[in-house]
Amino acid sequence: MSAVIEARSLSKYYGGERGGRVHAVEDVSFSLEENRIHGLLGRNGAGKTTLMQLVTGQEFATRGEIRVFGASPVENARVLSQLCFIKESQRYPDDFRVKHVLGTAPHFFANWDPAFAAELIERFRVPVNRRMKKLSRGQLSAVGVIVGLASRAPLTFFDEPYLGLDAVARQLFYDTLLADFAENPRTIVLSTHLIDEVSNLLEHVIVIDEGRIIIDADAEELRGSAVDIVGPRGAVDAFVEGREVLHRTGLGGLASATIARLDETERIAAREAGLELAPVSLQQLVVRTTIGDTPDLSKGDNA
Amino acid sequence: MDDSRPIFLQIAEQIENDIISGALPEETQVPSTNELAAYLRINPATAGKGVNLLVDSGILYKKRGIGMFVADGARERLVTQRRDRFREQYLAPLVAEAGKLGITPAQLADMIRAEVRS
Repeated sequence: MSAVIEARSLSKYYGGERGGRVHAVEDVSFSLEENRIHGLLGRNGAGKTTLMQLVTGQEFATRGEIRVFGASPVENARVLSQLCFIKESQRYPDDFRVKHVLGTAPHFFANWDPAFAAELIERFRVPVNRRMKKLSRGQLSAVGVIVGLASRAPLTFFDEPYLGLDAVARQLFYDTLLADFAENPRTIVLSTHLIDEVSNLLEHVIVIDEGRIIIDADAEELRGSAVDIVGPRGAVDAFVEGREVLHRTGLGGLASATIARLDETERIAAREAGLELAPVSLQQLVVRTTIGDTPDLSKGDNA
Repeated sequence: MDDSRPIFLQIAEQIENDIISGALPEETQVPSTNELAAYLRINPATAGKGVNLLVDSGILYKKRGIGMFVADGARERLVTQRRDRFREQYLAPLVAEAGKLGITPAQLADMIRAEVRS
């Protein structure tokens, strides 16, 4: 396995040198392996888009180093010709129709598959003769998804590609992505906050919060890496004593705490202490690691 | 695909269940990794990991260029394995819960017999 993207101590600050500087990406190091589906997850404004702009050479790093296919992506035709970046806010020339977008795509993407594109146009029901300006939000997103899939670029980014797409179209996107990825393996980076919808598609997950990477792990490792224990406050407190608690909340005499995975003996011990165990989904795990504690209503200090 | 165990373990178990139930008889071809991934809507690498688990334990075997097949004697071996686990997985919790509710062993035995008949 070789890394397609390698970032070292990468930072991006916006604004002037004095005051009001926004640290969009802060000292980030990671690598993404070839031919996998990676998830880039995080809240709005966490730095996902900025990070992808750095990787695709659309922004210059304030500090640090980024290598894509072994070289800097900035103004590097050899690297950029292998990338496809589908972003939510893609703009098109005013008089462009859908067919013009499809017509120009082969000039940018060496692996462009026109037959596949035509098939996707049918499946997503996109009107090819309509002006891009006149498309609905969902149809606009569908065009992005179609370009991203049919480009078959060795490194493809989908930045929140589903805006306005209905549930049927989103499922169609996920199914088509999986099927085509299986036939034509390539590196996919899927940036999203609809984590539950995509969690089973991902092989590797990076979670970014306030410009920093807080989780960088195999999706399978993350799955089941945390567990919720729920029960009487005293029993929960006694059980979590000495453990790292990711998140806790409570109501009345009941408390709930999210802690790291338990082995079989610990699970039995927890049940015998009258505690209930519940699995924590990837989405809940991300929410809990990026939000901190929710108010604990069981403490009663505001009574 | 909704419990907290790793997905590849669940996939391996699903294939095992199909072998035990006879849905996948010995010497028949099992779905390819890509077919499993598309059907279950999971990453192909994850599906591959589940299948490989069964190849490593000799339940499935690879025919080069053709695909994966159920090994001869796989069903018998799986049934033996499952029987060994039956006590700890099903019997122990059943007896513990019955004890909690004050159900005597004799009553429990009656209940099991009645359940089998229905």
